Parts: sequence; structure tokens; C-alpha cells
Amino acid sequence: MVRKGEQSATAICAAFLDRIESFNPKLNALVEVFSTEARQAAEAVDQAKLRGETLGPLAGVPLVIKDVFNLRGQLSTCASRILEGYRSPYTATAVQKLQDAGAIIIGRSNMDEFAMGSSTEHSIYGPSRNPFNLERSPGGSSGGSAAAVSARFAPLALGSDTGGSVRQPAAFCGIPGFKPTYGRISRYGLIAFASSLDHVAPFARSVEDLALCTGLLAGEDEKDSTSLAEPVPDYLAGCSDSIEGLRIGIPKEYFAAGLDPEIEALTKAAIQELEDHGASTQAVTLPHTRFAIPSYYLLCTSEASSNLARYDGVRYGLRRGGDRSLDEMYAETRGEGFGSEVKLRILLGTFCLCSGYYDEYYLKASKIRTLMRRDFASAFKNCDVLVTPTTPTSAFKLGEKLQDPLSMYMNDVLTVSANLAGIPAISVPCGFTSDGMPAGLQILGPSLDEARVLQVAAAYQKATQHHLHAPDLETQS
Amino acid sequence: MSAYKTVIGLEVHCQLKLASKLFSPAEYAFGGEANSRVSAVDLGLPGVLPRLNEDALRVALRAAIALDCEINLRTKFDRKNYFYPDLPKGYQISQFDEPYCRGGRVPLGDGRFAELHHIHLEEDAGKNMHTDQGSLVDLNRAGVALIEIVGMPDLSTPREAHDFLENLKQILQYAEVSDCDMEKGSLRCDANISLMPRDATELGTKVEIKNLNSFRMVERALEYEQRRQQALLASGGEVSQHTRLWNDERGETKAMRSKESTQDYRFFPEPDLPPINISEELIAELRASMPELPEARRARYRELEGLSDYDIDVLTADRHLGEYFEALTKAGAAAKSASNWLMGEVSRVLNENNQSIADFAIEAPRLAELIRCQSEGKVNRLSARKVFERMLSHAEGAMAAISALGLEQISDSGELESVVQAVIDANPKPIADYRSGKEKALHALKGLVMKETGGKANPKLVGEILLRLLS
Repeated sequence: MVRKGEQSATAICAAFLDRIESFNPKLNALVEVFSTEARQAAEAVDQAKLRGETLGPLAGVPLVIKDVFNLRGQLSTCASRILEGYRSPYTATAVQKLQDAGAIIIGRSNMDEFAMGSSTEHSIYGPSRNPFNLERSPGGSSGGSAAAVSARFAPLALGSDTGGSVRQPAAFCGIPGFKPTYGRISRYGLIAFASSLDHVAPFARSVEDLALCTGLLAGEDEKDSTSLAEPVPDYLAGCSDSIEGLRIGIPKEYFAAGLDPEIEALTKAAIQELEDHGASTQAVTLPHTRFAIPSYYLLCTSEASSNLARYDGVRYGLRRGGDRSLDEMYAETRGEGFGSEVKLRILLGTFCLCSGYYDEYYLKASKIRTLMRRDFASAFKNCDVLVTPTTPTSAFKLGEKLQDPLSMYMNDVLTVSANLAGIPAISVPCGFTSDGMPAGLQILGPSLDEARVLQVAAAYQKATQHHLHAPDLETQS
Repeated sequence: MSAYKTVIGLEVHCQLKLASKLFSPAEYAFGGEANSRVSAVDLGLPGVLPRLNEDALRVALRAAIALDCEINLRTKFDRKNYFYPDLPKGYQISQFDEPYCRGGRVPLGDGRFAELHHIHLEEDAGKNMHTDQGSLVDLNRAGVALIEIVGMPDLSTPREAHDFLENLKQILQYAEVSDCDMEKGSLRCDANISLMPRDATELGTKVEIKNLNSFRMVERALEYEQRRQQALLASGGEVSQHTRLWNDERGETKAMRSKESTQDYRFFPEPDLPPINISEELIAELRASMPELPEARRARYRELEGLSDYDIDVLTADRHLGEYFEALTKAGAAAKSASNWLMGEVSRVLNENNQSIADFAIEAPRLAELIRCQSEGKVNRLSARKVFERMLSHAEGAMAAISALGLEQISDSGELESVVQAVIDANPKPIADYRSGKEKALHALKGLVMKETGGKANPKLVGEILLRLLS
């Protein structure tokens, strides 16, 4: 709109800021709104337009970033006391790329502390709420970003997905969310939780917007040695291709006990929709799926225990007990700085890596990870994509799972495998349960075949238009 | 002979000679204002990622090639987890079970070799400083590329440990792996030592010694520790496994405060760095670019005429000195004369100015010209020194310096004969002495001729003329 001159960036920005002002107090999706900076940036876009400069593909598009990203001069806290007041001296590659494309960063979104959680309740900023029902969780850990896009605070948001932290909140909040192949998007400047599982992943209002945004984010970054050099196709162009003749696999392990019957029914209806559009379906098996949750939690906690060792009170962030012994400073800083879920995971991970347990836990989980990759590789020999529900249930109530970490962990059962295997996976809205909560359809593709995943998602979206169903924030209180 | 056999193993940390750090673009040079050579990566800021400095791998591979190691074509990095204020990330990126090379050996200088277990790449830590205002951390050194060279327990005397280090240092310097300057910390050594009864088959309990800041300290600390353990064992005591610090002033080792339990570093593969595949092409390229190493050079110098073992050791101690020496011989200087000049005048000047041969003012071809002039009799030794002095501050050839000083040696017998005759005529006393059998008097006469000619006379010719005129 800005590029075509239909609207000024300033007007768009002001409209979104108004909406945030009206409804963010209800949702607590954003923990900081960059009103001044955003207005200035929008003004700059309009000036550039006036001067006749070529505008980037996201010129004037408001963007929300999860509090896990570094943005120069701004707070980057991971919703943790230990980073309270920490201002970053640099900008994450992913954020920089969207800024370079013209996006305007409008706010910083809430999350589970250090991205550990599935409900956005483990946060120093308090819980975020689901725009479709304020009593419910928006999911997590990127719940703030998902709620913000769902509530139309911004058309785009960045999240991070380590075990489903973008796809699960996308499903809960009725919007698309996409985790590309591991290494497709640079992790530089994404504060690490579990390095081998962390993915930068965007939310948008439509699959097409996701495709455009993913194309801008993807590509090799010399600052991230795990980023991939493979060429990035035009994802948006592929979104209009027909799915006639595509082979869709339905992994039976994803329709097991614990799956809410309503979610199952919505998923099956979605599969029928895909068949109606010319895709063929077949049952496939991913035999190691039952080990996904234990393997995931062993690996992610192991890496987290190491990644979070840097928060020691020596150089930045919180410091307590600095006038006492070194050990006391460490203990008090970390004791006070980390929340209970983070501490639990650091303890678990430290235990897994101890000599004597390493082989039983870390190493065994790594081996299972390899087996799961093979499961997917063999399934993709006969299928172009796999289709599953994104979550076993729709959004649960706030507080419901807080005292029961294991039940919280089980909510990731359908999403963690894609992180372990590093393959692209999207969640697209696939309708609503009887109590009006959104459900998500997960589409998984082979490594580096983001285009195929987006193509199927776009075709499904076009046929159903569930993504247009916005939450009603006016009447809820 | 002692009833015990000593077993020594060394672990050497060596900073690679590089412009930047192992995983960050921050420049590295010794010293600098505290925390002035630190990037976001070295600080371990939230969200930063390491990126391997490809040059570090190349330099590390040069060490592997120079030390005859077996290179692992697939290698990876691991995290070594522990808390310490000088370790910004709370873990050190190191290599645990797949180091980039294994085996290898270090010559001991007498034809024998000590085996290596492996070499691995890792990042250095910063430095903690304890002041009146509390403890401070300087992270300039944090992230600097190191190799850790782990020796097998192959050495049996403190002297061998010293020789091991001397030879290792020489090789690493030749291969341009490291400056190996212990004073600046670019070479650091820890030593393990245990004693076992001569007839035993199992190794004794080892003690690790730290705070060894020179090769001499390594040797002395091991000698001390050898005596200490020997006395302990002889009196029926037992050696406990622990770490000791060397106190050079007191000349003794002292047990460090023992830790409650051994540290568990919780090694696991570094997820931020993919495994590395080292190509055969890279190894071949590096192998082809390796300089001649000290052992080979010594062997070659032994073939040169007139050099003693001592000369050879001095000439090969520093790769650049050897190269300068060869530049002299290539430009026509005789090996022995070149060696004498280097070990005499040149060393003196370098020592006085605290310089290395690389900084030396006189280019090799010019010094070679001077050496040739001397051996051809164009200048005598005394004059040659004067010429040398002038050449230190004048960028000119030897012949130019000689004529500028007017020091061309008089080798014209006609001219010299008249001077000699004049000296004979003016000095009846020494002549009489000589004739009465005092050979020494001839030297005095020779000296007088030299004085008369301002030192320019060809001494050999003067001697001949004197003898002829006096006979």
C-alpha cells in the first residue's frame, strides 16, 4: 500500500499504534511499544517515497519482534530478570534484514523466559492472553508475537521456534506461523536457548505474507556458521501453484491418544479439503516419534545449561552478591535472576551432560535424533509433504498447566520432531473448535523445500480462508 | 642410580601467530589497554555466535605437519563447561574426542624423539587481576587461538623435558606457528611427573606442576619434584594426585589448595560450529609451503666446511639467523667466516640494541662483501671492524665504506717494503733483540709497521717482507 501510494507509512503506523494502545492492555502481547522510533521510521519512509526513492518490499510494514532478538540500543531481555535493563549494542541479522526491506519495528513482544515454555506465562512481564479468549493462553514461547499478529497489532512478527514455539502459538491464535529449515535463517542475534534446535520463525496474517517475509529472511550469514548457502527460491511465486497430484503423507503416530477429538476432526476435514484439490494422501509411519519428547527435552536442556552459563553477573545484566565471594555472586545472581522453569531446565541439562550420564542421556538422545531424521527422509521418498495437527488440543486456560511441567511439555509432542530433524514446518489456521478456539494444521516438508510447504499451505488457505477470521477484542474484557 | 624411574609428560599451550582471534574478528596483539581488544563475540554477549578463523586452522595444521602428526580429516569443536570470571561464555570452545590431529613427535636433539598424544585447537581465556579495588577481568586475551600440544609420558629426566621444549619451540617458530614467547604467554607449559620403581610395570601417581614461566623453571621444578617424590617414596610414603605450583624464588613446589572433587567439564559437541572437513588438497598445499625444519637444516649444515657443532646449534637456533647465514654464503662468504661474523660482531650489535636478526641494519649481500674483502686481504681484521661499524649507519656496500674510510689494505709490496725498511732503520733495539733470538720482537716490529700505515698494511705481507729484509 505504501509503495503504491495508497496510504502513507505514517498513517499506517499511527493506525497500528492506536490499536495497540486500545487493546494491548487486555492482551499483554507487547512488553514495549516503540511509538517514537516507529513514527520516525514511518516518516522517513514517506520522505523517501516523496523523493522518489525505490522502497523496499516491506516499506512501512509494522513488525513486532520477540524479546529474544537483539535490536541495537533497545532492551533485549528474554523476559528474564537476569537481563532486566540489558540494552543490546547490535542488531540481529534477521531483524536487520527486515529493517533493510523497510519494515518498521513497532514493539517488543512477550515470551516465556528464555523461550522455555509453551504458554507465555513464565515471564517477568506477566502472562500474555489469547485474543480469542482472554482466559486462555496464546501458547508459547512466542505467545506475545502470535497474539500481536492475531490482534492486528502488526501484520508481521518474528518469533523463535525451538520445539514448536512459533507453530503452537500460531495454531492457538488462529494465524500462520512458519519454521523453515534449520540454517535457512541466520540465528545471529537470536538469544540462544538450544542452539541446534533454535530457529528464527515469522508469523504473518497470511501464507503469502509469510512466504514474502521468509524469502527476505533466508540466506547465508557469515556470522552464523550453521547458516546455509543454498539458493533461496521465490517462495511467493510458488504460492499460487496448484497442488494437483501432490502426494501427502499422513503419519499415523500424530493421531494417537491424547489428541482432542475436535482437533482430530478439524485436521481430517483439512486433509479432505486437500484431497478435494487434487492431492493424493497416504498413511506413513514415523516410528521413532514416541521418543521425540524425551529426546527433545534431553537435548534442549543440555544445550541450555551451557548457553545460559554466560549469565553470571560478571559482565552485564543482573549482579547480586558482588561484594561477597565469587561462588556466592554466581549463586545469588543466578538464583535471583532466573525463573523456576529456567532453573529446572538448567539443572536437568547439567545432569544430562555429567560424565557418567552423558552416554545414557545426551548421546542416546542424539542417536534418536539421527533415527528421526531417517524416519522423515524415508517418508519423504514417497510423499511431497506430511500433514498433521499442530497441537493435540486448542489453547488451554492460563494457569492450567503451570504446576504440571510434564503436561506442558506434552503440548509440544506434535511439533518437536521438526526441530529435531531441522525440516521446514508451518502451522496454518484450520478452523475452530466448538468453543470458538482456533486450531492449526501442520504441514511438514523435506529439508530445504520451504517452497513446497508454503505452496500446500497457500492452497489450503485459499480454499478455506480461516485466516481471515479475526478475534473480537472490543467486547471481551 | 636411583631405585626409581622418573616419568614426565608435558602439556604445552601455544598461541597461534594470527592477526585476529579464533572465533571473532577482534584483532589480537599482546598487551593493550584492558578490554580494548574485545568484540561482542569475545564478551559472550547474548545472541552472538562463533565463526572459525580459517587462518587459525591453517596455522594449526602447519604445527601438525611440522610435528609429524596424523591429521584427522574430520574434526569438530566441543564445549568445555566451567564457571570462571575470565571465561565469558561459561564454556571454552575446545576439542575433546575428535582433535584435529593425533600422534606426532618432538626431537630431543640427540637423535631420539618424544611422542605426542595429540594436538587440539581451543580458545584462550581472559585474565583475572586482583587489586585493592577488588577483582578485575581483562578479556583482551579471551578468544585468542591456542593449540594444546599434549605429550605422552615419554620423558625420563628434567633435562629431556628442557630439550623437548627447546626443540618444540624451535620447530614452532620455524613453521611460523607461534612466537613461542614465554614472557608474553604465547607459550605456556604444565608438567606431569611420577616416579615408579625400576622393576614396576605400572606408572606411579602423577603430580601436575603449574606456574612454569621458563624452560629453566620447568627443569628446576621437575628436579625438585623428582627429589621430593623420591624422598617421599623412599620413606614409605605415597604420592597423591594433585597440582603443585612452582615457586621460583624459593626453588620449590607447593601443593595448590586441593579441590573438593575433580571438575566435571560436561563436554559436548559445540552446536554453533558444524564439524570441519579438512581436505587433502589443503594439507598438500600447506605441506608444500613448509619451510625447512631445524633438524633438516642442522643435517645440511654439518656438510658445510669448517662449522663446529656449536656453530651449527647457534646458527639454527633461530630460523632467521640461519637464513641470514645462508644469504651470506650465497653471496660468496665462506661458511666459517660467515658464522664467525654472525656469532661475533653481529650478535654483539643485536644484543646491544636488543634486536633480532630480522631488524639487523646491514643487508646480507653487503656484509658478505665485507667478509670477502677481508678474506681476499683487501682489509685486515681491525679495519674490517671499522668498516662494519660504518655500515651499521650507512646504507652502502663494503667497498664503498672501505674507500670512504680510506682503509684499503696496502698490499703493494713495493710501497710496503719502503715502510718496513724505514721502521727497521728507526728501531735498532727490537732488531737486535730479534737477531739475538727473541722471536717476539718480530711482532713488535710488525705492530710498528701497522701503526705507520694506519692499520692498512696487509699483515701477512708485512711479515713476509720483515723476514726477508732481516734475513
